[in-house]
Amino acid sequence: MRRSRYGIAYIILILLVLILLAVNICAGSVQVPFSDVWKILGGQKADAVFADIVLKIRFPRALAAAILGGGLALSGYLLQTFFHNPIAGPFILGISSGAKLIVALVMVAALGRAVQLSSLTLILAAFIGAMISMGFVLLMSRVMEQMSMLIVSGVMIGYICTAITDFVVTFADDADIVNLHNWSKGSFSGISWENVLVMSIVIFLTTFCVFLLSKPISAYQMGESYAQNMGLNIRVFRALLVLLSSVLSACVTAFAGPVSFVGIAVPHLAKSLFGTAKPICMIPGCFLGGAAFCLFCDLLARVVFAPTELSISTVTAIFGAPVVIFIMVRKKKERG
Amino acid sequence: MAETDYLYTEGLSVGYHGVPLIQDIALSLKKGEILTLIGPNGAGKTTILKSLIKQLEPLGGVVCLDGQEMKTMSGKELSKKLSVVLTERVKPELMSCEDVVATGRYPYTGRFGVLSKQDHKIVREAMELVHIMELADRDFQKTSDGQKQRVMLARAICQEPDIIVLDEPTSFLDMKYKLEFLSILQNMSRNRNLSVVMSLHELDLAGRISDKIACVKGDRIDRFGTPEEIFSKGYMKELYRMTTGDYDERTGNLELEAVKGEPKVFVLSGNGSGTAVYRRLQREGVPFVAGVLWENDLDYPSARALAVEVVSVRPFCRIEEETLKRAKALIDKCDKVIGTIKAEDMGEFYRELKELEEYAKGKLQKEQI
Repeated sequence: MRRSRYGIAYIILILLVLILLAVNICAGSVQVPFSDVWKILGGQKADAVFADIVLKIRFPRALAAAILGGGLALSGYLLQTFFHNPIAGPFILGISSGAKLIVALVMVAALGRAVQLSSLTLILAAFIGAMISMGFVLLMSRVMEQMSMLIVSGVMIGYICTAITDFVVTFADDADIVNLHNWSKGSFSGISWENVLVMSIVIFLTTFCVFLLSKPISAYQMGESYAQNMGLNIRVFRALLVLLSSVLSACVTAFAGPVSFVGIAVPHLAKSLFGTAKPICMIPGCFLGGAAFCLFCDLLARVVFAPTELSISTVTAIFGAPVVIFIMVRKKKERG
Repeated sequence: MAETDYLYTEGLSVGYHGVPLIQDIALSLKKGEILTLIGPNGAGKTTILKSLIKQLEPLGGVVCLDGQEMKTMSGKELSKKLSVVLTERVKPELMSCEDVVATGRYPYTGRFGVLSKQDHKIVREAMELVHIMELADRDFQKTSDGQKQRVMLARAICQEPDIIVLDEPTSFLDMKYKLEFLSILQNMSRNRNLSVVMSLHELDLAGRISDKIACVKGDRIDRFGTPEEIFSKGYMKELYRMTTGDYDERTGNLELEAVKGEPKVFVLSGNGSGTAVYRRLQREGVPFVAGVLWENDLDYPSARALAVEVVSVRPFCRIEEETLKRAKALIDKCDKVIGTIKAEDMGEFYRELKELEEYAKGKLQKEQI
């Protein structure tokens, strides 16, 4: 019974990701017929403009949305596990914003000296930022007994980092500032194939590590005391969770800036879809769900007011924030 | 510290943040024995238990399990020997009770924690043992506290330990489940040679189930021994620093505080007929005396706890003239005499009591329940 439900859930998610990938490549200010896309991807002769749009812009962008979306959802899932709190996520805890701040600083410094930054440098910068924010959140979590207060302090850290980023971006004097501005609001635009390659390596490797942790995660879900009695080394495990979730959200931020709510909404939706919170189902489930969610949101961001493009966070917030409210209301109900 | 002790501690001192709470703890337990920690709230029972399961670093001394110092054991080794039922609330999302029980198999499963047929069988067996088969598919979060507690016991059992450590396991259970829960532990200790360490608040149950009892008082283990050694007269009142009411170690009889003052009522009682009347008078705030009671009478413990004075006779002895005189003097002081002894109990030894009844005449009021 359960197995078949998991199977159906996976099939739905995989189909959703494939369909959305296709639609994302076809749709836009210039409509590319699907038959042409098929030809282009197959290496056959097709319209040169279409080929450029598909190969240089839309295909890498769609892939990036899928990969980064998956990584982001997974990062949220890990943080929720870590804090035993369903509304923890990289954006709401200020981790994305911390990553954004350091990346912005590095970018502005590099632009000033006309240095080209590699993808890896950006990821590294984002990772440092993510770890700084994460450090603050962890310090706070020692002082704050209440989880809601922890979330509030995370949001505050996020605001501070965003404020400093805006300040830096505003006063940086360069033509590239427009790009920087878009990025700091969250966007999947301007992704190159080199970017896609680097992010795939980082995200897929990390996801694989997370998958290897699925058994300890299941123990941790029983609470720390019981997990410890099951033979889990809590300290090492917690450190790994922090590290992996930071790598994931740092990688996303380095390429797409801060993307809101995916980390909270997707794991929750995936849990409802699968009817379980077992990590061995949830890790691939969250990844696929995050991919589909971000593909869908990026599609709307590009298409709804085309040629004007919305920032990705605007769209993810519209669909993600209600989910958060729903979770909180339900939690309250369960207690009352 | 005999060779055969499965678990023992030596000079163990426990506490938080480097501040010792309880020191010089020397406990020992053989295979198949049940050890219970008793003591007032906040005495540090949980702290000791946490140190015994390696969740709290001892501040000094050693804990040895199965001949090996616990400090040197890996988490995995320990998890195959020791399982726990704690007071920590578990809130697993979307897990059935069977899923929760199955987490006990964790130390035995492979890298991805997939359960084998054998694992499933052990899970089922543990659930049958605790009588929770009907809960198998229920959402764990939606069960009652008592049901949760039994699920957690099944979980601990299917971890196949040599020793189970339980922190106040019976707190959320009603009478039926309390007895059932402890019976399961007792059967497992007898039949599977399982050792049990737990803390209990129910002194009567502790005295019945435990092979050994440790009393936590102040900064030390005040007493450690068999229930017979522990339950000496007046000790529980001292251990729990009871300032009101009374506890009788022999019968487990617990009474509220006695009403003090000049006695107004004499309760002529015996063979268990008086206890209900004593308690009613206590509720009404009426000071009373009770008599004449043999010290082995059913009424004696509550009379001792509640009456201003008890006119008593040594067991298996006749009532002497001196005792009768005292009783008559007290009847004179009281406004009322309540006679509760049933007609069928008025045997040969009732003769002297009959004399008192006649002496009280005008004040006597029969209350034979």
